[in-house]
Amino acid sequence: MNRDTLYAIFIEELVNVAPDLDAGTINKDDQLQDDLELDSMDVLNLVAALHERLGVDIPEDDYVQIETPAKAADYLAAKLK
Amino acid sequence: MSVFVMPSLGADMEDGKLVEWLVKPGDAVHRGDVVAVVETQKGAIEIEIFEDGIVQSLEAELGTTLPVGAPLALIGDGTVATAPVQKPEPRPSPPPAAARQAAPAEPEPAEAKPEPEPQPEPKVAETGAVAPAKPVAAVPEPPAAPAPPAPAVKAAPVVASGHVAASPAARALAAEKGIDLTGVTGSWPGGAIVLADVERAAAQPAAAPATGPAAPAKPARGFDIEAMRQGIAAAMTRSKREIPHYYMTHEVDLQKATDWLAQKNADVGPAERLLMGALFVKATALAAKAVEGVNGHFEQGAYVPSETVNAGVAVALRGGGLVAPAIPDADEKNLAGLMAAMRDLVTRARAGRLRSSEMTSGTITISSLGERGVDQMTGVIYPPQVAMVTFGTPRAAARVVEDAIRIRQVVAVTLAADHRTSDGRRGARFLTEIEKLLQAPEAL
Repeated sequence: MNRDTLYAIFIEELVNVAPDLDAGTINKDDQLQDDLELDSMDVLNLVAALHERLGVDIPEDDYVQIETPAKAADYLAAKLK
Repeated sequence: MSVFVMPSLGADMEDGKLVEWLVKPGDAVHRGDVVAVVETQKGAIEIEIFEDGIVQSLEAELGTTLPVGAPLALIGDGTVATAPVQKPEPRPSPPPAAARQAAPAEPEPAEAKPEPEPQPEPKVAETGAVAPAKPVAAVPEPPAAPAPPAPAVKAAPVVASGHVAASPAARALAAEKGIDLTGVTGSWPGGAIVLADVERAAAQPAAAPATGPAAPAKPARGFDIEAMRQGIAAAMTRSKREIPHYYMTHEVDLQKATDWLAQKNADVGPAERLLMGALFVKATALAAKAVEGVNGHFEQGAYVPSETVNAGVAVALRGGGLVAPAIPDADEKNLAGLMAAMRDLVTRARAGRLRSSEMTSGTITISSLGERGVDQMTGVIYPPQVAMVTFGTPRAAARVVEDAIRIRQVVAVTLAADHRTSDGRRGARFLTEIEKLLQAPEAL
């Protein structure tokens, strides 16, 4: 899966976790908690959804590496290489 | 025979708009069943009934805004003839928030409301008496992990006797546009309808015939931020006017809990991981059970302690706004059970699917500022409760441990308590009890 696909998947799962977000207005550098107002439960649900969808288990120490959609796409691409 | 009335879902609620009936005359209902959906300042709330019986008649029409205490339905045992109930005049649809504030207060049609049979349902709004309703609905199983989002074109799921799952924003827009939600396709996992689905439906008028309850272009009342702000303003103003708060903060060493949690979470997949927030809720609930004066309601001039600890959990909503639905018997749940309950509450708070019992049964409220917040916050008690506990953002700090200075994770725990029901000594015992419990996370 290439980075663009992973980016799209990340946005899709993000909007599933936070259905009141509008996918069209999310920027690649939006910080999940500061800009998109996710709380720790949302982040955990997002990590669980990505695990389910992609089989990537993101340990807690790596949460900071998925803190924006752009960083997350890089991280997932590296993990799935 | 009894009258099922518009319940009060909080100190700040004056009225609610009936948007959905989930029962019809002749249906058998049981204590705890969700029978209607009412839009309030806190969003769409599922209203439960608190008795068993047969629905004799529905006394309120969809789309009307009715004051707390107004009859909604007559409930009988299926044998008694129906006694006519005088319907109160529905309130005119409220003008937009700004205009509403400026307008002189409408007289409460309180005298018009027929006194219902004695009923366990909490009523009475402004005078503050909300009975510590025992939770009747068990917290449901947590929703399954989000389904792989195949191009979701499922019909909106119909749960609990024909109720369409939809977010408050979606309901509000649908009401405004006169769109029948049963004809809208939901795109959220599980098929729930969100705002974008209604917008899509609105853009194709032919596909979505406006057959719903006639709701001509009136300002929709659902979960709009302005209305929610008004509700928060009313409750918090009342709290600060009536409750003699006192406050105290205690810095708690969180290193053991942090290490324990990290180790526990490292061994399991994301779905089984715990959040520090679950430890906070459990420790607070156990301490509230152990120390008198902080768990219950203050109503009609007297403190009514609660046998159970129903932990209200503050959930911040995107775009502003706050709800604090309760987890019943939080002191008796294990951490996994609390996580499941919290996940479920947060999900339903966001989707606008909270239940009336969850809105009124809280006996203490817990607010956790999360991982990227500030050190501490002094809260405002949510009436008629008597205590509010706020956990700041855990942070590393230099602490004296025995004879050395060490870097430890700490959290500031702040209690706002009602001086009518406890004093400083009790409050201090309560906070040190929380501290003690957090030093043995494995026992929580």
